[in-house]
Amino acid sequence: MIQTELAIVGAGPAGLSAAIEAGRAGAEVLLIDENARPGGQLFKQIHKFFGSRAHKAGTRGVNIGRSLLEECDKLGIHTCLKGEVCGIEEGQNLWVVIDRKRSEIVKARKIILATGATENATAFPGWDLPGVMGAGAAQTMINVNRVLPGRKVLMLGSGNVGVIVAYQLMQAGAQVVAVLEAAPRLGGYGVHTAKVSRAGVPFHVSHTIKQAFGYDHVEAVEIVELDSSFNQIPGTEKILDVDTVCLATGLTPLTELAWLAGCEFKFIPALGGHLPIHDDRMHTTRDNIFIAGDISGIEEASTAMEEGRLAGINAACELGYISDEEAKLRTKEIWDSLNSLRSGYFGLKRRNSKDLMLQTGKEVI
Amino acid sequence: MENSLKITGAPSLEELHRSPAYPPEDRLKKGPIAIIECIEEIPCNPCEASCPSGAITIGDSITNLPRMDFEKCIACGMCIPACPGLAIYIKDYNYSDTKALLSFPYEYYPLPKVNDIVQAVDRNGNILCTAKVLKVRNLKSNDHTAVITIEYPKEFFEEAVNMKRL
Repeated sequence: MIQTELAIVGAGPAGLSAAIEAGRAGAEVLLIDENARPGGQLFKQIHKFFGSRAHKAGTRGVNIGRSLLEECDKLGIHTCLKGEVCGIEEGQNLWVVIDRKRSEIVKARKIILATGATENATAFPGWDLPGVMGAGAAQTMINVNRVLPGRKVLMLGSGNVGVIVAYQLMQAGAQVVAVLEAAPRLGGYGVHTAKVSRAGVPFHVSHTIKQAFGYDHVEAVEIVELDSSFNQIPGTEKILDVDTVCLATGLTPLTELAWLAGCEFKFIPALGGHLPIHDDRMHTTRDNIFIAGDISGIEEASTAMEEGRLAGINAACELGYISDEEAKLRTKEIWDSLNSLRSGYFGLKRRNSKDLMLQTGKEVI
Repeated sequence: MENSLKITGAPSLEELHRSPAYPPEDRLKKGPIAIIECIEEIPCNPCEASCPSGAITIGDSITNLPRMDFEKCIACGMCIPACPGLAIYIKDYNYSDTKALLSFPYEYYPLPKVNDIVQAVDRNGNILCTAKVLKVRNLKSNDHTAVITIEYPKEFFEEAVNMKRL
């Protein structure tokens, strides 16, 4: 049995930011992550981040990750790596399987779930061939493990993940044969698509994959045009010579622990599906359980870090390390920062969905 | 097919001409100037602070489009590596009688070398012409965004934005 004041599950941008705020306030923090290294997806984000200076704009994600880890080290945050949290028992006991060998119970007074998200797959004939993978998986291979998954890549999905990974695959030496988008308009930021476009990569809107061919790996892909109801238009098929297919078709929050803990949920499609209801402190409907990052709705690292700070500050407040007034003041400041990240055309849907969640949180919590 | 940012991935000249940061033609051809191809309201403002002449304004709401004071811009190039979207470059129409100058961000290896002959490309990656590399700047403060300067025939002045990957 390990006892701690605050246990944080997930050492990505949200979990690290939460640990830093709570640790700085004086709380005893244990950060648990199933991976061998902390940082979540930050260390594969080799591009410069957007936002304002306060959001570390212009800094590459990998360097933001490094500075968060340094800060955690300075504060003496305890970390438990290769620790899979497999359950939450009554009274905030976490069941952790460490190194796939032994299990340990962590008894925490407060818990922050910052478990992130998982990539959505898209099924088509041949999708089980080696060479078909999530865009995030390809990004891990090239930027963390320095392995090029293939030479000729087809990207399915033109959201920011799709176009950023397409660009990074070219930086790693691959050719991106095309980017497909099922919708009639491209999804990602125009500055990202423009970067990929001027590298000579064609974008095909209203297109999807009909099937992938190959004996023991992807050798070609048949693409097809879609009508306005997303039905395939017969006769529009084309064969592309590719050896790798990357799926960038959205993410789903990893909410299992929140379900196990008995948190109440709300279904908000614009944020990725079923989400634990939370208030402006990132507190769920269960006493002592907070959430932060993609588990509370699919966004990006900049917003995850701000939400982590919210959860860390408010958990530390409940533990008595920060006064109510100070926590309230800082909570408001962080929400102002979050709202600025969620403004404009791209942020509007997320802003409205988050407002809806906060409204629900206010009513139920 | 409609030639626009959300269809082809690259902004068209018509879309750019409507944006508040794209210089009007007389200014464009008057002398060196920074050109910002940022036509969507995204939450981002490092260009504003990077400009030592105060020529670029975003303002309080970080999703505002960048606005450019075309008279204040001295084409120093500080904004090129500062833009996380790699959406800023500098052009000089009057570099010589026949050649224009383009300085653009470049994040691929290998980097070109000074005096290399490279291929200039348009916004859709089409090869326009050959160009000569005049400068390769990759200062530590650029954080791995190299800035490449090329000279290229004036007739491709507006179309050229970058070079074909080596």
